[in-house]
Parts: sequence; C-alpha cells; structure tokens
Amino acid sequence: MAKPKTPSLARRGFLKGAAVGAAAGAAALVAPAAAEAQEATQRTTALPPTAAQRAVENATPASVSVEDLQIVERPGADYMVDVFKSLGFEYLFATPGSSFRGIHESVINHGGNVNPEFITFTHEECSAAAANGYAKIEGKPALVCAHGTVGIQHAAMAIYNAYCDQAPLYVVAGNISDAAERRGRVEWLHAAQDVAATVRDYTKWDDNPASLTHFGESAVRAYQIAMTAPMMPVVLAADGVLQEGEVPKDFNWRIPKLPKISAPAGDSEAVAELAQMLVAAENPVFVTSRSARTPAGLKLLVELAEVTGAAVIDQQRRMNFPSRHPLNQTGRSRGAISNADLIVGLEVYDFFGVVHALGGQVEVVPRSIIKPGTKLVSISSSDLFYKSNYQNFQRYEDVDLSIPADAEATMPALIEAVKRLLTDDRKRAIQTRTDKLAQTSHQALEQTRTAASYAWDASPVSTARLSAELWAQIKNEDWSLVSDPFWVSNWPLRLWDFTKHYQFIGGAGGEGVGYLAPAALGAAIANKKHGRLSVSIQSDGDLMMANGVLWTAAHHRIPLLTVMHNNRAYHQEIMQLQRVANQHNRGVDVDKCKIGTEIANPNIDYTMLAKSMGVQAEGPISDPKDLSAAIRRGIDVVKRGDPYLIDVITQPR
Amino acid sequence: MILKVVVLMLGAALWLAAQSSEAGNAQSGKRQFVKLGCYTCHGYEGQGGGAGAKLAPHPIAATTLIAYVRHPAGSMPPFTKKVVSDEVLTDIHAYLASVPAPPPAKDIPLLNQ
Repeated sequence: MAKPKTPSLARRGFLKGAAVGAAAGAAALVAPAAAEAQEATQRTTALPPTAAQRAVENATPASVSVEDLQIVERPGADYMVDVFKSLGFEYLFATPGSSFRGIHESVINHGGNVNPEFITFTHEECSAAAANGYAKIEGKPALVCAHGTVGIQHAAMAIYNAYCDQAPLYVVAGNISDAAERRGRVEWLHAAQDVAATVRDYTKWDDNPASLTHFGESAVRAYQIAMTAPMMPVVLAADGVLQEGEVPKDFNWRIPKLPKISAPAGDSEAVAELAQMLVAAENPVFVTSRSARTPAGLKLLVELAEVTGAAVIDQQRRMNFPSRHPLNQTGRSRGAISNADLIVGLEVYDFFGVVHALGGQVEVVPRSIIKPGTKLVSISSSDLFYKSNYQNFQRYEDVDLSIPADAEATMPALIEAVKRLLTDDRKRAIQTRTDKLAQTSHQALEQTRTAASYAWDASPVSTARLSAELWAQIKNEDWSLVSDPFWVSNWPLRLWDFTKHYQFIGGAGGEGVGYLAPAALGAAIANKKHGRLSVSIQSDGDLMMANGVLWTAAHHRIPLLTVMHNNRAYHQEIMQLQRVANQHNRGVDVDKCKIGTEIANPNIDYTMLAKSMGVQAEGPISDPKDLSAAIRRGIDVVKRGDPYLIDVITQPR
Repeated sequence: MILKVVVLMLGAALWLAAQSSEAGNAQSGKRQFVKLGCYTCHGYEGQGGGAGAKLAPHPIAATTLIAYVRHPAGSMPPFTKKVVSDEVLTDIHAYLASVPAPPPAKDIPLLNQ
C-alpha cells in the first residue's frame, strides 16, 4: 500500500471533494417535488454562515503549508466499490459516517450512485432492519454501511434480529485501525481494535482486511458465507486508510469470483428413511417456520404436502405455504399436532414449543401435547451453525431423526423418494386423508370468519375489521404484506388469500421492537421495481422507535401504504404487568397498568408526524365505516409512487 | 328417570345462569371490564383475538365464568376473590350478555372474499 507523505492531509483534501460530490449526488437522489420543498424550507429557515464561520472553514491550518496538500486520484475505496458492484448490490442503506466516507464518496463519484444506490436512513438500526426486510423479498442482501463503534452499536439489535431470522445482511463497518492515522479526539472515539467484536455473537462471519487484496477476497467470501444456508449477517471492516489512500501502482485490480452458491441438502440415507416414515404414517404433519427460503420452497412444500397428503402447519416466519390450501391446518394446529403420528419440522427453530404447551402461572410447566409414540423428524440448517451466548436455539427436543440440512434443498429428493414408495393402497389412503383435511380446513376458515365478525362495528376499530377492509382494497392488486401481523392477532394471515412468496415476509427474528417500520420500508424498496403494492400494518410502539423511516420513504419516494395499528400503548407489556400483579394476588386496575406502558397523554398525532417528514397522511380514524375510503385514497397515492400513512385507533389486539 | 333428572338439573343450571346475568348490572360490568383490564386480552367488547378467548356475544354461564376466572388455564392470570368479587364478576357477565350479536359472517360481504 503506497502511502502519501502526509496521509492525514491527503484524506482531508479528499474529504473536501467528497463533500461536493455528495451534495451533487444527493440532489440527484431526491425526488424533484421533495427537493423543491426542501429547498423552499431551506430558503426560509437556513441562515448563511457568518463571516467568522467562513474564515474558520476556509482557513488553511497554521502548521500546514500548501505544498503539503496531496491529491489521491485513485483511492482504495474505488476498488471496494467495484467489488461491491461485482456482488450485485442494488442499494447501500446507511446513515452517513466519516469512518466510511471514502466508500460513500466512491459510491457517488466512482460508481455513479448506481448499484449500489445510497439510501439515506436516520438511524443505523433502521438501515440494518431495512436490509432485513429487503433480503426477505429480494433473496439477497443490501449493502449496509455503519460508522465505526457508534454506528455498529446502533445497528446491533437489527443485526441480531436478522441473525435469528436467518436473513443475509452484509454490513461494512468503517474503522481506522492505525492509531497514528486517527485525526484527533473523535476519530479515536470512533475507532476500535476489533470493530466487529460488538456484534460477533450474532453474526456468521467477519473480517478486518489489512490490504485491498485482502479486502477483495474477504468481501466476496463474506457474501458467499451470508448467502449460504443458514443465511445470516456478516461484517466486514473497511479501514479508513485503505479507503482513502492511493491504490498502489502495481495493484492487481482483480475482483475475486463469486461462485454459484448451492444449499446443503440432506444425505440420501436419511432422506430415504424419512420417505418411508411419511408413506407409512396415518397422520403425518409438516410444521414449517422458514422452509421457503426462495419462491421455489413454497412450490416444493405444496408438492410434498400433496404427494404425502400431510397436514401443514405454518409458523409463518416466511411465506411458506398458501394460506387457503386445503392441507393448510394452521387454523387448527393444536388438534393436528395432537392427532399426528409423525411430525416433520422444516426449518423449525422451536421444536419443543411445537410439541409442548407451557403451563404454570409462575414456574414453567411444560406438558407434552403429542400422542405416545409419535415420531419427530427435523430438517433444519440451523443444526449446521450454532453459537453459544445468545439463546435463540431454544429448548432441546428429543427428535427421532435429525437431518442437518436446508429444508428447501432437501425437498426435491424427498418428494422423489416418497413417489417411488407409493403403492395404490397408500395413494387411496392419502386421498381419503386429503379430502378429510380439506373439509377441516374449510370449517376452520368459516370459524375464522365468524370470529372476525365479533365487534365488527366497534370503536376503536377491531383488528379483524381493519384487516378485512384492507384486504377488500388490495386483493385485486399485486400486493405484498411487509409487516408482521402478530400484533393484530394475525388476522391477515387468517383472512387473506396468500399464494405468492413475496406476499409475506414474516416478522422480527429476535422479536426486537423497532424492526417492523424499517423492515417494511426495506421490503417496499425491494418491491418497488416489481411494481408491487406494499402494505404494512404498523404498530405504534414500533414506529416510535424508528419513525425516521417516514422521512426516508418520502425522500426516496418509496411506495408504501402504512396503516397504523394505534392502540396507544406498549400493549404486550400491559398484559404482562397485569399477569404479574395477579400472580402476586394484588391485581392492578387499568390505570395503574398504564404506568410505564401507555403511549398516550398526550396522544401522538401520527398524521402530523408523517406529514412533518413529507409523507401524505390522514386520520386518526376510530369509526370503522371511515376506513374504506381512507384506504382507497392511500392506495391511489401509493400507486403514484409515494408513501401514505393512515392512522387508525384500534382495539388492543 | 335418570334422563329426566339430568334434564331437570340442566334446566335448573341454565335458569340459574340466566338469573345471574339478570342479577348483574351491565353498565357497571362494562366499566369493571375495562378497569380490571379484561379488555386488554379479550377486546373492549369481549370479542377475543390472538391474546384472549372470545367472551361475547353469548357468554358462558356466569357461574362457569366465575369458576374459570378463579382457576384459569393457559396463560390467563387467576383473579382471586381478593382481587375481584363474585358480585363484580356477575356484573361483568351481565355486560358480556348485553353485547349484541353481529350479523352472521356470511352476511358481511367483506368476510366472504
């Protein structure tokens, strides 16, 4: 690595150019209308620098002569950006930070701000969570850049969510490894001996490249590791000196080749054994959590279920199985599990929870809910990669056969093995079972609709009504639900007809609040080029952790319909508090339950919040009869390419 | 004979259940339903959802409701007599019994698509 004589000065001169380039690039990114509005605002509110400020900014430091200033015309960051381009990154999600300013400038001036295009977020947790949502739609990572130390600390929870969610995140953390190169107090504060250490417990791999050659190889290796099942976040440190220093004249500008990546399939002996068990079973059940890693996974599970006549219970951490398929028994999962003689977990992360009910008011009292002799089989890529500290691997379950492999990659061989074993007798038995399951599935849907009718006209609006009103307006569009409907009693998953992989992305892997809003936006960014209508049912507590994404949505013109599930509380915690109070035989009335849990008094005006950030919005709506027209107006705006928010005051769940 | 006795007992139980509801004060019960936080899991109209069972319309008998609240199953916390009296629970039952039934789901177009 050839260093300039005065590298710190070279970096400073370089930064000056970057600032000009960044300003030009940003102007190109901003939507024309938004840019005009912003300019108008600036005209009225921004004050020009004073003469004294200008003198300070323009002055050459007294100890530096003009002759010492150096220009770096071929910075290492240009090579880094070429590597990123070779990996096919469409977007760079980041809050700007000086420790990766070299990459930032090269993305704009060397890379033309295209593939990747810089998407500005107002918090690194949002950048990383958005990349989680993006990955679940697009099937590949966005590039996330985070500032050294403080930026990576901000991103940490979202990285943990993605780690638990088996989503590929690709995080580049800026850092200045060489202490002699750190300019003053702040660069010391934002540098680390080992910048990835903060998140190492919940990432799959990281590296701290010491040269550009090292960077190129590790960058491609990181992508390969992130994209190999089980997919998970990786972190790559990007040294500031490498980014901003001159590329050596003799540097071989070679970009390592990214191979076609296959997924690990189960071994043939185990697959054959499972096929025999499936054909012999009288009541087999598939339980899936994240088996549809790609759209092909959904189709494969349909084929596997149909060829075996097995019930399917979808834990819905991805869009694994069509919601109204006759074999979908999610609506009566307890009954199906209790009646099963074979349960096959497909990328199930909590098998213990599948076959146990956790009783006990104070101490946990697990009770098995399966029949004696029921066989349990697990196909899971989670068994290929464990870490110790964080307990996301859940309680141990006594399975009979464990196939440590990617379920989606294993299904083709399993389907063929089952087909080879099927006799006419078994085919008839499977058809009888299929007909019976279709009947129960239909009954479950009817029961769900009846349940949804209760409190139909209630105010605050019932979450079932909200979901039904939304479905009525989107069902004929090419739609994608980019939020986790757990908080609204899963009504969309129970009422809507999900058939395509991109129509649902699951929830936060680590259940960390502050995921939903940015992940929804990231998914909407991925959906944009496909022309899909992205809709999100957004919890109020979650939005308040990450509401800067509203500005990102407006600034970058991301079409996303956000319908607030505004119950004015961290409602889960109200229920928890009440439960503990009753355990202590003290009880607690609702006013006391709200201490520390309500998001009211004053009530937050989400319409004003959204408008303040450039997002069109309306509400609050508490009469369900007003929903239909509001949703229609929102869809009109979103179809024109802009975000829209509807604030709805809802029942708690 | 045994059948007659069973039918009589069942009838008596139903009558008692109906009396309990009638004896309660629905307006007071509605306030208590909120004050005690029943709505947090079961919804303001007792409609139920992901966190709690459906209670209304057509609630179970008051005596059964009271017995269950004292010794619930699953994740529902117990409400002892120290926390809530039988009288208050009877009022709550009266409120739940007063919640009107919605139209049948088949008659709600939004639920048939």
